[in-house]
Amino acid sequence: MSADHLPSEFEVLIVGTGLPESIIAAACSRIGQKVLHVDRSAYYGGNWASFTFSGLLSWIEEHKHEACNKDEMKEWKDKIHEDEEAILLNTVDKTITNVEVFCFASQDSEDNIQEEGALQLKHDSSFTAAGTEGRFSGSSKDCHGQQIQATVTNTVESSASEDPVRSDSQASAQETDDASSTQEENHGNMCSTESEKQEAGVTEQVSECTYEKKRQKITYSQIVKEGRRFNVDLTSKLLYAKGSLVDLLIKSNVSRYAEFKNATRILTYQNGKVEQVPCSRADVFASKQLTVVEKRMLMKFLTFCMDYQQHPEEYLDFKDHTFVEFLKMKKLTANLQHFVHHSISMVSETDKTTEGLRATQNFLQCLGRYGNTPFLFPLYGNGEIPQCFCRMCAVFGGIYCLRHAVQCLVVDKETKRCKAVIDTSGMRISCKHFIVEDSYVADEQRKSVQHRQISRAVLITDKSLLKAESDQQISLVTVPPLEPGRPAVRIVELCSSSMTSMQGTYLVHLTCPSSGTAKEDLSLVVSRLFSENVDADEKDADSGVEKPSVLWALYFNMRDSSVAERSSYNLPSNVYVCSGPDSTLGSDHSIKQAESIFGQLFPDEEFCPPAPNPEDIIYDGDGAEAENAGFGAPLGPEHNKPEEGAVPEQENEKAMTETTEKNTTVTPVSLATCNDSTEEQDTE
Amino acid sequence: MHGRLKLKTTEEQAEEKRKEREKKMKIAVAARDACFEKRKRSVLDEEGLELTKQLLGGNPDFATLWNFRREIFQHFEKEKSPEVLQALLEKELSFLEACLRVNPKSYGTWYHRGWVLDHMPSPDWARELELCSKLLQLDERNFHCWDYRRLVVSRSQVSCSEELDFTFKLISSNFSNYSSWHYRSTLLPRVHPDTCQQADRVHEGVLLTEYELVRNAFFTDPNDQSAWFYYRWLLGRADREETVSCLYVSREGQRLVLSFSRPVNVLSPSAELVLFVDSLPLMVKWRTAHPKLKHSALWICDLPTGTINEACSEHSFKIHWRDGVVQRECVLYRGRSESWCRDSATDQQLFRSDLSVEKSTVLQSELDSCTQLQEMEPENKWCLLTIILLMRALDPLGYEKDTLQYFKTLKAADPMRSAYFDDLRSKFVIENSILKMEYAETRVVDLSKKDVTALYHLDQLLLVTHMNLSSNRLQSLTAQLSMLQCLEVLEADDNVLEGVEGLCGLPRLEEVSLRNNRIAKIADLQPLASCPKLTILNLQGNPVTEATDFQSELALLLPGVKDLIA
Repeated sequence: MSADHLPSEFEVLIVGTGLPESIIAAACSRIGQKVLHVDRSAYYGGNWASFTFSGLLSWIEEHKHEACNKDEMKEWKDKIHEDEEAILLNTVDKTITNVEVFCFASQDSEDNIQEEGALQLKHDSSFTAAGTEGRFSGSSKDCHGQQIQATVTNTVESSASEDPVRSDSQASAQETDDASSTQEENHGNMCSTESEKQEAGVTEQVSECTYEKKRQKITYSQIVKEGRRFNVDLTSKLLYAKGSLVDLLIKSNVSRYAEFKNATRILTYQNGKVEQVPCSRADVFASKQLTVVEKRMLMKFLTFCMDYQQHPEEYLDFKDHTFVEFLKMKKLTANLQHFVHHSISMVSETDKTTEGLRATQNFLQCLGRYGNTPFLFPLYGNGEIPQCFCRMCAVFGGIYCLRHAVQCLVVDKETKRCKAVIDTSGMRISCKHFIVEDSYVADEQRKSVQHRQISRAVLITDKSLLKAESDQQISLVTVPPLEPGRPAVRIVELCSSSMTSMQGTYLVHLTCPSSGTAKEDLSLVVSRLFSENVDADEKDADSGVEKPSVLWALYFNMRDSSVAERSSYNLPSNVYVCSGPDSTLGSDHSIKQAESIFGQLFPDEEFCPPAPNPEDIIYDGDGAEAENAGFGAPLGPEHNKPEEGAVPEQENEKAMTETTEKNTTVTPVSLATCNDSTEEQDTE
Repeated sequence: MHGRLKLKTTEEQAEEKRKEREKKMKIAVAARDACFEKRKRSVLDEEGLELTKQLLGGNPDFATLWNFRREIFQHFEKEKSPEVLQALLEKELSFLEACLRVNPKSYGTWYHRGWVLDHMPSPDWARELELCSKLLQLDERNFHCWDYRRLVVSRSQVSCSEELDFTFKLISSNFSNYSSWHYRSTLLPRVHPDTCQQADRVHEGVLLTEYELVRNAFFTDPNDQSAWFYYRWLLGRADREETVSCLYVSREGQRLVLSFSRPVNVLSPSAELVLFVDSLPLMVKWRTAHPKLKHSALWICDLPTGTINEACSEHSFKIHWRDGVVQRECVLYRGRSESWCRDSATDQQLFRSDLSVEKSTVLQSELDSCTQLQEMEPENKWCLLTIILLMRALDPLGYEKDTLQYFKTLKAADPMRSAYFDDLRSKFVIENSILKMEYAETRVVDLSKKDVTALYHLDQLLLVTHMNLSSNRLQSLTAQLSMLQCLEVLEADDNVLEGVEGLCGLPRLEEVSLRNNRIAKIADLQPLASCPKLTILNLQGNPVTEATDFQSELALLLPGVKDLIA
């Protein structure tokens, strides 16, 4: 169905496919609301998206040349009635600034390097960049946007599959394959040494070949060629194992659409070197950096933090002091203070004692739920998460239009309420409730500018920041301010088995609140921890450790609209604003915002109740009700499912199974089935 | 509201489930009956395998069916080629894996797996070891799997050091794992045996690194007992070798007494205890000090009249034990009423660790780090107990005061086990008293006012003539007390004694004071009747004295007592 055939009436219209918008979309659709969910971009997620390498290059091109008007607007004024007025929306994204790209890998003679398997699409004259269309609108030929409409058809009844969602689309092929490959892996876990031997053989080969690669360094053309192995997050986040996002994913059954891996270690930068932070019991036990007395001190302090509310005498006196002072007062050694302050609590220098205790407690409560660190990372990148919620929304009948912008809101002069929008094709769509992402709101509608900025860097490197037994590590690295007045920088280093980078490389995300451009804010950390000279193997003067070489780097600033109050927008009362990503590690703000907006829209409805098991659903096959229930719509080839890129399905599957087999240290986690068994401590 | 999903109600779901279950049940019962029928008719074919497979796949704990499968395979062994059999059994292994996934703790499945491997023409043990490793990573406390692992290791000659590395891996991921620590304790003495050839002990150098490992564990989590138990094993000493520690002869009593380093039964057919008097073997009858004791550290024999001749200038007595491997000899000279030959507790370092100087300094530093931990965790009972044990091992007398203080803290920290701690404390107090007595080279032991609740090491007190147990918390004088064969005077005032079981058959006992105890009946004093020399008995402050006819009945029971204070 093209946008031309779009119904003209909805109950909820959501503009922007970032995380909070997608959650609201899913929540509304789940309770039977008719939802239209649009995004001006050709991809899902907005600033939460993840890109293949070529997709990222396109995105860079788009944001380097700021604000070029892509589509000519259809006339809209004639759609406005006399008793109405229009509020214009931004059709162009202005949230990304200071985009800078550096390539350190050798750019050899091959001129027309292309991503393997990428589809060349004639797209839009405005970006015929050297890069190819990776992520963008793989199968859709419809320039106006793509749609997913899931409506009930007979396929569900005829399908024996457990899950109508899985049976109904191509995208589910990947999903089921996820599942089967996990099973395979489990099988491998159980036994089958033979296949393991083979696997081992494969790994050997691979490591040999990466070794060779290391010698001759990965070239830019290799990166481009293997570009679809990358899934580069615009927003780098991790999931707290007991955080609100994980809770929501489990509660709503959206978790079935995604797979996760544990972050395997927490690192920090101290005294000029990168070292591991002992945070779990096993870490503390095995740590060689700590003396036994420090081990006890740390465990004792952490045990206290687990239920600090029960021991007011321990901290109430220091309530008005900073957490850093509190740690000193508690006589923790300098080493331990660093670990607790920078890597466990991750609070700022100025945060008060209770703030630090709460953060530490949260960290500890998340520990051990799924593994030895409190964090999870979604396979294929953070961009998967909003898409999972979109999928949930689509399953319950939500309609999706990508590359579909809204020109203006139509407001009733008398009631001062918004009643419709007019989209870029000039169509008027009536609606009751409107949710708009901050970047769509035009500056005229802002009473005061309340934006912060986030500084981001994305590096592709050739080795991990800290060598370990296994090279497949997902690490969170906390770098305290290197100079006074500079912010603490958070680094997430992803290995290839997280399905975000090609074999033999690491994808490194740096994030901090901005004080200048991203390059200004982050280059010091990059130069301290990494080598920007690919040819000379730079050895760290102090430790003699070889630093990872940066092969390619991207810097940009992203708007952080999370601080803006609803009252700072001059918008009708039935228009709700979602903010873009913030600079924190978790996504709590977005979840809270989504839940609060949903609560204002439908105060009597439950927020994202568990989606029912497919076998418990009664299909009576007739009547309007069932039709609207939105199950089992066979998404025709023209409909693009959320997580598909331009990558042909087959290829994608193969790539995934290969890598999951090889991966030994980082095993996928199923959110719902994990329990807290690792917390058991008593002996037999 | 429109657009709502219609969901099945719970009743509908339950009904569906019930029907499903009924259907399953029918199939299962039919399959079971078919299996039994086949087995009855001894039809051992592949269909039998298929049928049992269906049933066992759902419930791997059906032992009869496993037996049936084994019968079928045994039959195949005879009629199929090794290649076919190998293929069949390999299929069996993957079926067993499926069963283990259903229930990883099924006895039947694990046993059958071992059986299959043993019957395979070419078993792949390495793969089995890998399976165990994987399963133990999933559940490090699955003892079925630990058992199976030991089987695999023994069959495939996996080296102990590889296994040792494996335990280290498991301990690193979670040290609250007594199975791994214990496995370690069985492997270490084999991989790194003690240089002095002490059985079951570990090479000193290796011990040091083990101390460090386990110290990391209990500093990380001092409340986890598995590490502490392992630590105590590390600190422990080899069992004393079985030997005759004392040979005692009494001229007057015409008696010879042996004490062994640990309880034995010399009357058992395998025991070979031979007594030579003046180099000639002498047939004697051995008995324990108390009829209740079957295994005992102390054995007595009465010498036939005339064995000891006053006219002889000397008699030599020699004991051969265990075919002469253990010997001990002593000489009784004319004019002497008794003679003995023995190892003293002080010489043998009985109550402390026999360590090299190097290891003693290590123990000292272990003690230091434990005290440090104790300062941080004043309430931790494991730490307190270990400190006490370390102090005992290092210098029992030197640390006596500290030890008693730590016992107080320990009892306060863990009141549930205060009786256990009291007994343990009594043991240490008695050890120290024995040491003091031996240093003083007397035969008098004073245990009065020491808050003793139980008696230990009584075999060490064979030669004691005077013993003071007054003002303690003793409830009984157990049978073991009868090992004090030389005892003449016993004071046990101000206890809570209700009986005197151990004051039995003591040949030299003359005087017993039991003031202020809880002896209630004349019958409770019965054992004293077997002490021929008893003349003085003090029973003041016991309920028994208030009974009518007390004096007369006592005179009847103990006619030898001349001096009764009541």
